[in-house]
Amino acid sequence: MKKSDITILVADDDPDYLFQTVFSLEKAGYKTMAVESQAEAEAVIAKYKPNLAIFDLMMENDDSGFILCYKIKRRYPDVPVILATAVSHETGMSFSIDSEQEKDWIRADRYLEKGIRPEQLDQEVMKLLKL
Amino acid sequence: MAVLKVLVIDDEPGIRSGVSRILNNFHVTYPFMDEDYTFEVTEAGTGEEGIAILEREMHDILLLDNKLPGIQGVDVLEYIRKRNYDIVVAMITSYASLDVAIRATRDGAIDFIPKPFTPQELKSSIENITKQQYLKRITHKMKQEGKKIRYQFLSVLSHELKAPLNALEGYLRMMQEKQAGDRIEDYATPIERSLQRIQGMRSLIMDLLDFTKIRLERKEEKIQEVNMAEVASEAIVTVQPYAIQMDVSINLDVRSDVVIMADPDDMEIVFNNLISNAVKYNKVGGKAEITIDSSETEAILIFSDTGIGITKSDTENLFTEFVRIKNEKTRNISGSGLGLSIVKKVVELYHGTINVESTPDVGTVFTIRLPKKRLNIT
Repeated sequence: MKKSDITILVADDDPDYLFQTVFSLEKAGYKTMAVESQAEAEAVIAKYKPNLAIFDLMMENDDSGFILCYKIKRRYPDVPVILATAVSHETGMSFSIDSEQEKDWIRADRYLEKGIRPEQLDQEVMKLLKL
Repeated sequence: MAVLKVLVIDDEPGIRSGVSRILNNFHVTYPFMDEDYTFEVTEAGTGEEGIAILEREMHDILLLDNKLPGIQGVDVLEYIRKRNYDIVVAMITSYASLDVAIRATRDGAIDFIPKPFTPQELKSSIENITKQQYLKRITHKMKQEGKKIRYQFLSVLSHELKAPLNALEGYLRMMQEKQAGDRIEDYATPIERSLQRIQGMRSLIMDLLDFTKIRLERKEEKIQEVNMAEVASEAIVTVQPYAIQMDVSINLDVRSDVVIMADPDDMEIVFNNLISNAVKYNKVGGKAEITIDSSETEAILIFSDTGIGITKSDTENLFTEFVRIKNEKTRNISGSGLGLSIVKKVVELYHGTINVESTPDVGTVFTIRLPKKRLNIT
């Protein structure tokens, strides 16, 4: 599959993060769909199957990202999901999806700290889509 | 209904069964308690037996005889103190010698019940102990909640402060690496957004300063006569440039010349926040109306706007720190989420009340009532 055939759904309530993520993905050659809330992301998922999704953790609710992961996996089990957050950075809370126990309740394929470099994001996306 | 577990350690079976009989049908209630307390009594004939019971199961109240066949009551007390058990102890004693009383008090006994006692004497002692237990628990709970609230405040604050920095960093990297092109014009959006984030951060810092001011600075000497109409006029002048930009007209209606004793800075915070909100959350071409009125005892300040309004469920969290109503209509309005919580704190400092009534897409009315009579600000 070519990068230009791939659509990535990006949900983030910070308009600047959204802009920057979308910008770097498009620069890398992907198509994007940008939404600013959990509600909008749910509406998109209901109608459309993206090739990959990137969700911010805290949007309208503190656990918006977790809920979106869960919902998209239920509908499209084969769509890879990246959970992007600055949570450990900001709150000192830390979690990962390395242990089996964590994988069990966080339905994401990758967990990324925000502020990731564009080329690194591209790498992660390619890895998940096996490009 | 809460149950307090009582352990009675006494070698006289008559005393033990008396306590059980009296307390099993007794309940304590106070106007300030959330619930009634009832009692469940366990009996022990010796100190050793009593300690064994305590090791198995914690009790709330211990009624302890000093003169026991094996180890003495004061030994049981010492054991409890060493283990840091959270239990209230009252000594049952036929003769409280000064020596025993001093030792028992030092080791944590809080009451002495003379033997033989009437049901009424036992009940009134238990009533006192229950009240004390209740207050102790409430204080403990409040301390814990206070800590939790502080922690939440700080973690949300750091989120609010770091988000704009991260956004700026991202945009600067884009420019540094010339990701969008070689010309400065290619970066119009990143530059514009960066400036907006800086502005947002500045207003957050200003609000934080107000916040610490009302929390920390309570200077009695700053209290003076403050004319509400004057403060309102000054605040309108401050907000006016923004209102012109938004095409919102501000009108001040002074129905009564109200003067109250206050710190003028506090009143300025109230007016600035509410007037700028009335403009910020308004519609283009809308109106903001400030009414100053008074009743016999109160100054009444009304701030109404013709703006986007707030839904009923959103009004519940409106005064909570860092809560910003997030929806389609507020998306492009920046704010720290501190303004209204600051206003509420100030109003409460003056023993006043703040009220909100709102209809989505019609407008919002905030009503503040401040007592005219000088009260201690706390």
